[in-house]
Amino acid sequence: MEAATLPEDGTHLRSEAIVCRHCGAEVAAGSSFCCSGCEAAHAAAGAVGAPTLFSAAAMVAEKGDFQLELGIEGIHCASCIRLIESALASNEDVTAARVNMSTERLVVAWRGSRVRGDALAHQVEALGYRLYDISANDAASGASGTEKELIKAIAVAGFAAGNLMLISVGLWTSTAEAMGLATRELFHWLSALIALPTVAFSGRPFFRSAFGVLKSGHTNMDVPISLAVVLACLMSISETMRGGEHVYFDSAVMLLFFLLIGRYLDARAKGKARQSASALLSKLAGTAVVFENGEMVRRPIKDLKSGMHVLVAAGENIPADGTILKGTSEIDLSLINGEVMPAPASVGAQVYAGTVNLTASIELTVDKASSKSLLSEIVRMMEVAEQGAAKYVRLADRAASLYTPVVHVFGALTFLGWWLLMQAPWQVSLLHAVTVLIITCPCALGLAVPVVQVLASGELLKNGVLLKSGDALERLSGVDTVIFDKTGTLTLGHPALTGGDYSDKHLALAASLAVHSRHPLSKAIAENATALRVELTVQELAGKGLVAEMDGSQIQLGSRRWCGLEYAQGEEAGEGLELWLAVDGAPVAHFEFTDTLRTDAAHTVQQLHQMGLQSALLSGDRQATATKVARSLGIPEVLAEVTPTEKCEYLQNLRKQGKAVLMVGDGLNDAPALAAADASMSPSTAIDIAQNTADIVFQGDKLAPVLSTIKTARRSTKLVRQNFTLAILYNIVAIPLAVMGYVTPLIAAAAMSGSSLLVILNAFRLKRKG
Amino acid sequence: MDALLLLIPVALLLGGVGLAAFLWTMKNGQYDDLDGAAHRILLDDDD
Repeated sequence: MEAATLPEDGTHLRSEAIVCRHCGAEVAAGSSFCCSGCEAAHAAAGAVGAPTLFSAAAMVAEKGDFQLELGIEGIHCASCIRLIESALASNEDVTAARVNMSTERLVVAWRGSRVRGDALAHQVEALGYRLYDISANDAASGASGTEKELIKAIAVAGFAAGNLMLISVGLWTSTAEAMGLATRELFHWLSALIALPTVAFSGRPFFRSAFGVLKSGHTNMDVPISLAVVLACLMSISETMRGGEHVYFDSAVMLLFFLLIGRYLDARAKGKARQSASALLSKLAGTAVVFENGEMVRRPIKDLKSGMHVLVAAGENIPADGTILKGTSEIDLSLINGEVMPAPASVGAQVYAGTVNLTASIELTVDKASSKSLLSEIVRMMEVAEQGAAKYVRLADRAASLYTPVVHVFGALTFLGWWLLMQAPWQVSLLHAVTVLIITCPCALGLAVPVVQVLASGELLKNGVLLKSGDALERLSGVDTVIFDKTGTLTLGHPALTGGDYSDKHLALAASLAVHSRHPLSKAIAENATALRVELTVQELAGKGLVAEMDGSQIQLGSRRWCGLEYAQGEEAGEGLELWLAVDGAPVAHFEFTDTLRTDAAHTVQQLHQMGLQSALLSGDRQATATKVARSLGIPEVLAEVTPTEKCEYLQNLRKQGKAVLMVGDGLNDAPALAAADASMSPSTAIDIAQNTADIVFQGDKLAPVLSTIKTARRSTKLVRQNFTLAILYNIVAIPLAVMGYVTPLIAAAAMSGSSLLVILNAFRLKRKG
Repeated sequence: MDALLLLIPVALLLGGVGLAAFLWTMKNGQYDDLDGAAHRILLDDDD
């Protein structure tokens, strides 16, 4: 682990006692930070590694300026915004810097050279904010484009619906005799004047989609919607021209208004689309230093072949799967297994592409070309798995596929019935047929799903659960088997002090050193110490430990060997997690750590069983450890020492048996399984690729969100079904009225608003029960 | 009924002004970062 001294980065603007150590804002006496956001960012600033290269994603803006848009994490408050913007703006060549807090984006523009962007990005990273490339994620910006279009359409439709109502109420409450025929015709023409441009503008999202599916020979919900709106308008125009009694312009526009709201909520709920796994492969872009005929040359990583001899400097990504030839270092394996602890590696050890070499430079022989590395393999598996999982058909779409033909058959029968059986003129028959289409139009259906979904996702967000795909809740509600990963999912994924041989005094002393380090074990010690700490000047030696002087004696906190002890027979470095405390070279205490279970893990698993769900544990860890964890939690089925491929296969087998599986995992080794499962969840401490793949991300140290999310999913799906039932009941009443020709524009308007309102009110029951 | 000749255009005009104002604010990016705007209000713009 690299030395993590707290940065003295010039952010101490005024006297240290009264200003925030991160942003320089004034704080109350006694505290060092203005808010928890600054504290977190300040801590993260210590852990910044090598600068990431973003400049390739920069776009050329006007006048030769470069503009770069990056995702940014860790913005909590106004100070964060000001700190980032003013830090960037203090560079003379920066022309604009703007943080968007809602979308967590940073836009920076500068003059000069493209690569300058990397320096600017690193400047922000050094402040403690994590940046990430979003160029692979263009789907998200496209989604916000449709959202904007929908809002515009809603605004126009809302304006028109309001004004049409103004006129329509006049028409409904009066009679032709009272207001005079001329006035009624004026009103009709005015309605047409308002409604037609509105329909042309606000109806586009529906018309476009309907046209698209019709061209490919299918139908969806937008087809009856478009047909009803267009027919209602055409019929109303002809009625207006021949001086008829009823026009349905207001119905057509109100229909659009309600449906657009549903459509907008739906677009909002869809949220962040799953990001493509290919972003992962960017770890394998760039070059590596290769020894060729005794010379060092730079070669693109993709050209590495098996048998090549490669040098990896400290802090660099390991370019290919290989075996260490020379050198001893620590490797950050978090990408592969999600473990926080770096693993020691020496000659002969196997290393994987994409992991980070931390402490010293190493030389390795390449075993596999980069296109065959574990990383590439996992990406390929994920892509295959995602294609398999993409077949889920949403409830709403299934309803639509039944609904469309039924409604159109009713419309046609109505027309034929009036025309042939009742001998009515064809205009009148058509009028009745069109009212059937209008009144059955799926206002309630269109609102039934999105309203519930928006309420449910809002509720979940309050509890720290982020829904990432629109149909996640629906898929989750059908789940009957839950599969857990061990490290980082059932356990917290970071070590806690659980044993050893020490006194309170030693613990306090160890903590006095440990507070100066960000190594996971140091943090675990610092968390546990409640006693007084001594102020010390501490030095951190990478790979060894911490050292300080106190009252003339030297105090060491670190590995066993460094503290002057040899390993006993049969023990090896890296087996247990431990720290030793030594005074003047003589060990006086030792601390043991284990990765502890989430406090409510057993309770959550038990509750899941009570809800009739099955559970299983899949772990890459050793059999003994995995079995022990499973037994203590009451999970009946355990599969240990499984590879990512085996995890994925196990899941697919379950699915073949007709089970619906929820996968909960946090590592790269879980990613293919997350993609293959019916629904997937990740803790927010998971590696990026797992979070991106999962449908749902939950925060916090508890496992309970898994339980509560399943409950919310089941409840919201139940409400959606109820809403569909309500919509169908409404149609059972409304269709006969329309077929018999009793529906006037007033009844149509009342019925449509009434059913929509009913569905929305029913959806709100989700909140009350919560 | 003569009042209608005045009232209806006035109603449409006022509604239209509201609609235009809304569309302008949206085009102007005023709804792009609602969370950020809520926080920026706390900053002193004295630089």
